Parts: sequence; structure tokens; C-alpha cells
Amino acid sequence: MSSHRVGIVTFPGSLDDQDAARAVRIAGSEPVHLWHADTDLRHVDAVILPGGFSYGDYLRCGAIARFAPVMESIVDRAHTGLPVLGICNGFQILCEAGLLPGALTRNDHLHFICRDQSLRIESTSTVWTSDFNQGQEIIIPLKNGEGGYIADEATLDELENSGRIVARYVGTNPNGSRRDIAGIANPAGNVVGLMPHPEHAVENMFGPGTDGLAFFTSILRTFSRA
Amino acid sequence: MSAQSHVVVDVMLKPEILDPQGRAVVAALGRLHVDGVVDVRQGKRFEITLEGEVTEDRLAELHRMAAELLSNPVIENYVLHIQS
Repeated sequence: MSSHRVGIVTFPGSLDDQDAARAVRIAGSEPVHLWHADTDLRHVDAVILPGGFSYGDYLRCGAIARFAPVMESIVDRAHTGLPVLGICNGFQILCEAGLLPGALTRNDHLHFICRDQSLRIESTSTVWTSDFNQGQEIIIPLKNGEGGYIADEATLDELENSGRIVARYVGTNPNGSRRDIAGIANPAGNVVGLMPHPEHAVENMFGPGTDGLAFFTSILRTFSRA
Repeated sequence: MSAQSHVVVDVMLKPEILDPQGRAVVAALGRLHVDGVVDVRQGKRFEITLEGEVTEDRLAELHRMAAELLSNPVIENYVLHIQS
């Protein structure tokens, strides 16, 4: 068992925490379950905020989870370099918490979507995407009702110019996201938000393949540098 | 018993943000045979009851609450009304 510990937060209403833990294990790290009401991060080397419907999506997606005790510790540590990956609802929480700019809004066509989605990896300079090739196209599941990424034009330009757009949708834009954005990073590249679900594509027997695995192996490089 | 104050906070998506729920309502109005409605925007209304008077400090706190929790300033505006 690897000595690298990756925390996975469970909020009331999280759905994909078990899949995220499985993906972490398959990638070679030790998954550590973190509870929303704890402030202790249990000496983890990275944190994943999984998908689901934390607090029933009450108020706005991620708006209540942002105030969970565990988030205080995560926000603090994220500012000093802790790798944090927010998937789907986790992405929404990172935006609400101010760790990432912008917001996720209701899909422009109103439908919940659930399908295998083509993405293009636009940045390999984040700690969560270093195992991909620049411009690599991958297919992983996408399932959301409020996945439309939105930010003002100045923020979008800044994301674009500073290479902080991590992944874009390929083909038809599935939810009205500005500039086809599927994922973004903070300036340091340790915090990444991603609307599609790499944790559902880590084994050949389930889902569309293993294209999601590299998100979870990428952080191993960060650990080996430390 | 001390008096209570009532405050209403209305939260709306900013005008430039697409409101697909509002659009769906417009579409349904057509099926209700209502003509002439060109736009609907859907928002949230919070009715807040407070102990005592709304002092200046309290008001500042209410604005903080509206800006940091009840609305997301990236996509929404809020209006705060003190009910008499």
C-alpha cells in the first residue's frame, strides 16, 4: 500500500465518494475518508470533493457544503498548495468557496444529462493532469443538471490567457458552458474543478474505458517530488 | 415578549445570465393559452424574522448574509427590504 494518502470528503448527499476512493486505490494511493463535520484532514496529501447532491442542492449547488467545517481546513490548506480536485458537485463547491472563479448554472436546455463525453485536455501543468498529453482527447462520463460554467468575459479571458482552462467539451456543448469549459484550475494549478467524472472511467469492465485514471495517477508525481 | 422585525431578501439571476427555468415557464404559459408574455425570470424570496429592531449593525449583517450565503454575486443580484 502506498504511503500517499488522498482524502475523499463525504457530505450529506455525496454520491460518488466510494467510486472516487476506488479510483484513488486503483491509481496507487491510499484513500482516506473525510467527514464533512470534521476539521481534521487526517494528514492527507491531497483531497477530492466528490460528485453528488450535497445538502440536497438546497439554496444553490454547493452553497451549503462550502460552510461545512471540513471546508475551512481544505480552503486553508489549498492556499498553501494542497492538491484539491472537485468533481461535478465538488467543482460547484470549489466555486462557491471561492477557490475557483465563476459559477455553475443550470444546463441551458434544462435536461439532466448522463452520457459518455469527449473532452480535450487543454492543460497538463496542473497537479491533476500532468499524466495527460497536451491536447489529448479522452472519453469519461458526464452527468449533471447544473453544469453550465459561467464567468464574466474578463475572467474567461484571464483563464484562457493563463492556461487555466484544464479541459473542454469536444463536439456539441452539453450544457451551455462558456467557451466549452469542462474544467478549470487555480493560478497555482493545485486546485482543479471538473464537471465530468473521471472516477467512473478507471476500469475496463465499467464505463467507457480507463481515460479517467490519469487524473488520479498525475498526483503521484507531485508526491514523489515532495 | 420583544418585538420582531421582518426582512425580505429577493434574489434574482443577473439580467445577462440566461434563465432556462424562466424560459420553460414562458413555454408552459403558451400551453395555458396565455398570450403576450414575452419573458419570465425566476428568482428566490427569503422571508427573515429577527428578534428586535433592525439596527444599523444588524442591517450590515443582513447585507453580509445576503451577499455571502443567500446569493452568489457571480450570477445573482439581491434586494433587501425591511418590512414595516
